[in-house]
Amino acid sequence: MSPMTSLKAWPGIVRRRVSLSWRTLYTSALVLALVLSPSSYQRECRVSLARHVYLGTAPLLSWFTLLVAVASLVVIRIVVVTADSYGLSQYALEMVVRVLVLELIPLTAALFVAVRCTLPGGVELVALRARGDFEAQRARGVDPLVTEVVPRVLAGMFSVVTLAVLSCVISLVLAYLVVHGLTGAAFDTYTRKVGQVFNPSVGLIFWLKTIFFSLAVSLIPMVSSLYDPVSKKVQALPELQGLVRMFLLILLIEVASLMGNYY
Amino acid sequence: MQEPPELIPVTPRLAFKAAMLMLLVALLVGASVIYILYARGVFDRTQKLVLLSDDSEGVVVGMDMTFSGFALGRVNHVELAPDGNVRILVDVPHKDAHWLRTSSIFTMERGLVGGTRIKAYSGILTDPPLPDGAERKLLRGDATAEIPRLMNVARELLANLQAMTAAESPLNASLANVQAVTGKLNGPQGAMGLLLGNESDARKLVTTLDRANTLLARLDGLAAKADSQVFGDKGVMPETRATVVQLNGLLADARGSLKKVDAVLQEAQAIAVNTREGTADLAALRTEAESSLRKVEHLVNEINRKWPFARDVEIKLP
Repeated sequence: MSPMTSLKAWPGIVRRRVSLSWRTLYTSALVLALVLSPSSYQRECRVSLARHVYLGTAPLLSWFTLLVAVASLVVIRIVVVTADSYGLSQYALEMVVRVLVLELIPLTAALFVAVRCTLPGGVELVALRARGDFEAQRARGVDPLVTEVVPRVLAGMFSVVTLAVLSCVISLVLAYLVVHGLTGAAFDTYTRKVGQVFNPSVGLIFWLKTIFFSLAVSLIPMVSSLYDPVSKKVQALPELQGLVRMFLLILLIEVASLMGNYY
Repeated sequence: MQEPPELIPVTPRLAFKAAMLMLLVALLVGASVIYILYARGVFDRTQKLVLLSDDSEGVVVGMDMTFSGFALGRVNHVELAPDGNVRILVDVPHKDAHWLRTSSIFTMERGLVGGTRIKAYSGILTDPPLPDGAERKLLRGDATAEIPRLMNVARELLANLQAMTAAESPLNASLANVQAVTGKLNGPQGAMGLLLGNESDARKLVTTLDRANTLLARLDGLAAKADSQVFGDKGVMPETRATVVQLNGLLADARGSLKKVDAVLQEAQAIAVNTREGTADLAALRTEAESSLRKVEHLVNEINRKWPFARDVEIKLP
């Protein structure tokens, strides 16, 4: 392809990207509206929701928790020993809480849920569409967005929040045990340190980041699976587009949270 | 295209597990929120302390105020006062407020490493407790601010040291003199030669010392003789003791004589009383005599009037 031809193709590519982004945004808003709508929680939907919530979270819970506990233990030990060697042990705990609880664990939980739960969920949706289940449901007067998409989105969000909160609690407990040992005497001091880190703005950013991570990893794969790929080049890998968009969005959320916390 | 997996049937057990999972997560989230609020001191009953400073650099909301290394309060707000000073509002929990007294001192320290620290010191714990809303001056101690001054002082110190150790410096001259003095001390005349300057004066001093020693020996003999004269068998002290004994006897005799004199005086006093009484009787007698004389005079006058040839009117008293 000559350079002139490439230049002529640019407006079309930009138009397609803008159209794709708008479509993704619109469908995400539609799904979110359905998530917030009480009519999406009728009996049949609740049954489907219970299944997706449980099967999306429970299998991950045990070994993700174990994985996070081991990784946290290593990071905490490294930080505490390094801080001790420089005579800065009073800052070790704050650093552990900031690095692990505020930054690493929510990100890890979101990526883990994306890989283990929501991306496979998107693939399932693509298969359902290809098999014509969506059309069949519409013919029966049932909205497949409510019965198939909303439960998977909610399950993904729930899974991210659950894994993040549980892992944060475990990391905090491990940090206490590594620094102070098996004693309750330092609980007040430790709680004070945690309270100093979680000032109102940091706490708000932490919760917003976790919620936006959960939305990103839940919505993007599902929404991407609802449409056919716009480019013929990536037609063979429709979930890859969703994966790239999801990672891009997670990166943006992480950058925004870092700016909010430290600038 | 991948076929969608067969859906797992939703049994009541699965629905229950899902509900329990959601409940547990809700409890976990709620407990975490409550713990963070507790850690932020939301549930503590606090009293206000206002610290006034001219600089709030390094002071952030949420930082601790410590007392003997223990966190005692938390900075709640930092604001600029109308006079340009900084008002640091500190929340002190009621349970810890008794450590702060009216005589407490508050300092803000900024080390080379680490953040700013606010510390409280209470020297007299028997003073009245610090009231709610009290305003106190925050004393500043800034290690980094001290560096330029420290450098200036160190530079001056080094310059002084250089001046002191220079070849022509007074310290070097003093050391040379000390060396000369120690040389003389180590010489044959020793410290005496150093003090007196030459050998003849040193010898004179030695001669003087010898004479003084002789004089002292004589004085020693003189003192021994004086001792025998004063405290010996026939010395002054035994004689004095005998004299004192005799004086005691004389005093006893004098005491007896005085007793006798006392008795005589008592008798004389009794005589005087009697005399005073007799004098009183004499006055009455005199009055009576005067009365009788008047009567006699009156009688004579009567006789003279009735007996005209009688010329001698003088009356002679018996």
